[in-house]
Amino acid sequence: MIALGLEGSANKLGTGLIRHTPGKPAEILSNIRHTFVSPPGEGFLPKDTARHHRSWVVALVKRSLKESGVKVKDIDCICYTKGPGMGAPLQSVAIAARTLSLLWGKPLVGVNHCVGHIEMGREITGANNPVVLYVSGGNTQVIAYAEQRYRIFGEALDIAVGNCLDRFARTLNISNDPAPGYNIEQMAKKGKNLVGLPYVVKGMDCSFSGILAVADLMAAQLLSGKPKSLLTPEGEPVTREDLCFSLQETVFAMLVEITERAMAHVGSEQVLIVGGVGCNERLQEMMGLMAKDRGGSVYATDERFCIDNGIMIAHAGLLAYETGFVTPVEESTCTQRFRTDEVLVKWRD
Amino acid sequence: MSSIEIDPPTPKLLIKQGAEALVYKTTYLLPHIPALLKHRPSKLYRHPTLDTRLTKHRCLSESRLLIRSRSLGIPVPAVYFVDESRGEIFMEWISGNSVREVLDEVLAQEGGEEVVDQMMVKVGAAVGALHAADIVHGDLTTSNIMVRNSEGEEIVGFGEREVVLIDFGLGAVSTQDEDKAVDLYVLERAFTSTHPKAEKLFQDVLKSYEQSYKGAKVVLRRLQDVRMRGRKRSMVG
Repeated sequence: MIALGLEGSANKLGTGLIRHTPGKPAEILSNIRHTFVSPPGEGFLPKDTARHHRSWVVALVKRSLKESGVKVKDIDCICYTKGPGMGAPLQSVAIAARTLSLLWGKPLVGVNHCVGHIEMGREITGANNPVVLYVSGGNTQVIAYAEQRYRIFGEALDIAVGNCLDRFARTLNISNDPAPGYNIEQMAKKGKNLVGLPYVVKGMDCSFSGILAVADLMAAQLLSGKPKSLLTPEGEPVTREDLCFSLQETVFAMLVEITERAMAHVGSEQVLIVGGVGCNERLQEMMGLMAKDRGGSVYATDERFCIDNGIMIAHAGLLAYETGFVTPVEESTCTQRFRTDEVLVKWRD
Repeated sequence: MSSIEIDPPTPKLLIKQGAEALVYKTTYLLPHIPALLKHRPSKLYRHPTLDTRLTKHRCLSESRLLIRSRSLGIPVPAVYFVDESRGEIFMEWISGNSVREVLDEVLAQEGGEEVVDQMMVKVGAAVGALHAADIVHGDLTTSNIMVRNSEGEEIVGFGEREVVLIDFGLGAVSTQDEDKAVDLYVLERAFTSTHPKAEKLFQDVLKSYEQSYKGAKVVLRRLQDVRMRGRKRSMVG
């Protein structure tokens, strides 16, 4: 069976084609992404992002079909992101999915974005029943599977960790190309001094907005030199690189801690990192140290599957479709709020 | 040359490995005084500066909560010794069983509920006193409430036994009704997931809670809200 997946819940538009053959690993026929990049110092606005998606979606679907050599008649279903995400971009992609469904006479499958990430991560890494850390610009969740649901054990109480990093990149006027988080990671590699930032973990939940506020204040002091230059306790001047380094060290330590707590709670040794922030090599390294300490292992994927993509929507959608799930056109809505644990995971034991 | 005779140190026996801390059974000062050692080892994944800061802070905050509770007569283990730079707290060894173990055993028997009636009253009173002191536990499960027991005794006759709240690792000082309601909600979930019969027992806990804490009414009203939406609010953005 072959599925076409359309993703556009944030600033990435993705199309993917996947084939499932019983008893074999899933086959990726095509995985294309086009990113809306905003100028330095600015985030992506829903209106502009939706316009980007509308103008690119036809070209991407065409390219996916062409490069995979798949004929329209071979496609079994069309999967699209139902939510969660930004309203306007979600709507643009849902309209494209509905149009293709009616045009080609194919059933629609609405997919939860978070479940897409988890299922793709499991498929690529072969992690069987891991604790999942899902970290991106819009979501921060620690998830474990139990009784047909992906249950949320811990999550961010305010902004997502990726949002914290992205907005700090804006404060420092760092480029959004290819991604603000990637540029922060490169700068952090050159940082040496750890400045004191708040550390906010409450049980299995965490909070990032206060950390961002303090980091922003420090950045303002660093850039203006007022009321006095920003110095480390040893009297050395703090650099932009030091701030990126400190921010990463602090927020990643929080993420690893809540993941460890969830692992201890459910008694699992495997941990899978998914979502855009999951590309960060320092986060992967820290998670690896923690997992090793517990006698376990960490699974992570690269940017092709970590960052939002169409193939994960196709994969998760096809898993649901194979259990008989379809979304009638009249119900093919999208929603900004769609919790991971709302999805009935019929395809797992 | 005279020498002082020193007993060999008691070996530490690891009894629990949580996410954050290792818990050992050992002795304190004299070999016949049993003690519990809670050790927060340093985490390799954390930057050393951050690691030192967190370990010290958490050790001190947990000890302070225990000491404050104890001084107000709330049943918690006594703190013997704190070495915050090593991340160690020595505290009183509570011999006995957790409420969870007791419920598992007692409720399996016919008419077991009546045996633990008094115990529920004590649990409610202890939590009430804690909240009256504006301390929230943060992880109030039935595993974190002990029923004191002399070594080797059978689990019978709970009326006279003292109930002790343990593990304040996630505790905090808070005046917020929300935090207190979440404490109760977590406890309720722990009860209902143990045994169907335990649901009724939790009502006894709440009754006793209401009597032992002035602000209980507001917290119980808040508990209704928390029940409706779960511990987590619905997702935003």
